[in-house]
Amino acid sequence: MSRKSLIGLLPVAAVLLIPLLTQSPYLLHMFILSLLWIVLGQSWNLLGGYTGQISYGHAAFFGVGAYTTGIMVKSGQSPSTAWWGLLLGGLAAAVVAAFIGWVCFRLRGSYFSLSVLALSEVLRLVAVNWNRLTNGAEGILFIPAFTQKTYYYYIVFALAAVNLGVIRWVMRSKPGYYFLAIREDQDCAESLGIDTTKYKLLSLLISAFFTGAAGAFYMNYMGFIDPGIVFSIPDISIMMILVTMLGGAATKWGPAVGAILFILVSEIFRVWVGSGHLLFFGVLIIAIIIYFPNGIVGTLTDRWARKRRLQGAEAAA
Amino acid sequence: MTALLELKDVTKRFGGLQAVGHMTFSLNKGEILGLIGPNGAGKTTIFNLINGFYPPTGGTIFFKGKKIDGLKPHTVCRLGLARTFQVVKPLARLSVLDNVMVSAFSRTNHREEARKTALEATTFTEMDAWRDVPAGSLPLGMRKRLEMARALATKPEVLLLDENFAGLNPTEVEKTNAIVKKIHETGITILIIEHNMRVIMAISHRLICINYGEKIAEGTPQEVANNPQVVEAYLGAAHA
Ligand SMILES: Nc1ncnc2c1ncn2[C@@H]1O[C@H](COP(=O)(O)OP(=O)(O)O)[C@@H](O)[C@H]1O
Ligand SMILES: [Mg+2]
Repeated sequence: MSRKSLIGLLPVAAVLLIPLLTQSPYLLHMFILSLLWIVLGQSWNLLGGYTGQISYGHAAFFGVGAYTTGIMVKSGQSPSTAWWGLLLGGLAAAVVAAFIGWVCFRLRGSYFSLSVLALSEVLRLVAVNWNRLTNGAEGILFIPAFTQKTYYYYIVFALAAVNLGVIRWVMRSKPGYYFLAIREDQDCAESLGIDTTKYKLLSLLISAFFTGAAGAFYMNYMGFIDPGIVFSIPDISIMMILVTMLGGAATKWGPAVGAILFILVSEIFRVWVGSGHLLFFGVLIIAIIIYFPNGIVGTLTDRWARKRRLQGAEAAA
Repeated sequence: MTALLELKDVTKRFGGLQAVGHMTFSLNKGEILGLIGPNGAGKTTIFNLINGFYPPTGGTIFFKGKKIDGLKPHTVCRLGLARTFQVVKPLARLSVLDNVMVSAFSRTNHREEARKTALEATTFTEMDAWRDVPAGSLPLGMRKRLEMARALATKPEVLLLDENFAGLNPTEVEKTNAIVKKIHETGITILIIEHNMRVIMAISHRLICINYGEKIAEGTPQEVANNPQVVEAYLGAAHA
């Protein structure tokens, strides 16, 4: 392993040790939420940032994942089967994604963006009205399997690590190159031998799978969901976009930075200002976009690269 | 002589406008066939039909004896037919090398192999010094060159070149001329659209001239250049 990748592992190792340093449920809760949002940001980023397919409705996949676990437990499974609930939630979300992608990706433009938004609303209404399966608007409540937050911390950590690993691996291989080509120019991509419909679908499937798994984790962890929470357009769909943009779309660490900042800021506002933190978060986003047009990570890397080029030119002169 | 590519009675209409009408010709293995005609004659549309961007309104297109009209561009590319774009389409935020790697992946799933092909293709088109530059910040001459490098990296049997000389300065024209000849020497069959008469007369084995979507002359460069209808088409266009 190269020195660079070893250094890259350092923050990962540090995060792994956090539960040994603090047993505070409050702090652990913050870390768990941050990791959850890292998964959500990274998943949206794969499809929106790298593949250029903007989704306004990723809550559809989050909600399907959450309800898959919720319905499992409601129909008699023990909450301690949470582990494979993540896999099942991801798969259920991927099935829904396969359907919407298959319908929309033949067409160009905003068909997909808007259809997936509509889909998430349809699914919310289904969840509200299909009482027997979902308990309707009342939601699903159960006692989570573990009382120790540490367990959840390691589960969501594993999910985030696998998510990051898979995305890094994909982006370094053929599909990753194809995703970027599709983002840059679909006609060109087609003429260079890329089945654009197929690869857009692949990107969506991976993205939806992890979003669904995150939803399933959310259900396991919180022990309560209702349609308004997990299919929320502002709190899930839009927030996934903002988190990614804030940190930097199409960057490796952008979504993680965005997620941590999001949790930090909303917590500060929740404690000091009370409700309305979404509004403040929106204002923060606008401020950051003015100073960091490509997100925090994106803009800083650009500046750094430019500075290095200038120094290189000076050294050469 | 075997025809690699054959158009039979191909027609394309956009609404009321007939962009290509009853086009029939074949491209023989190993040749360089030039396609000329005034602006708006339908040359690029012919490429878009062959390459699969548009289905023809009528007629059939064969590649290596297989009917290819109706196939998607990515399938046509994999069959061994590559093209360049008159209006260049760089993958702007990717480096030159990554641009070419994308197309090299059409023949392999392995990154190292794609990289090797891309390195070869950029060397072949003399773009070595530009490999790390984002394609979006290339000067026009290099963008045109990138089009060729990318097409080559798909390892085609037939290459369609759409005005790769347009907008180049005389030095660049010479360079591109040499590269096209070198491509031909590797055994690739070429169909080329070009406005620069000096270039196309020298490089083509045969020429086809089209006007208003219809073929008006076909033959050796000399025959076509001396054809009264061709002279008329060009002068007519110049006078208009
Ligand atoms: N997608 C399209 N929709 C409508 N008209 C088109 C389209 N593509 C080309 N045309 C028309 O077809 C004619 C031929 O265009 P083109 O093939 O680009 O000409 P050339 O490459 O010979 O200059 C022009 O009149 C052009 O406006
Ligand atoms: Mg043209």
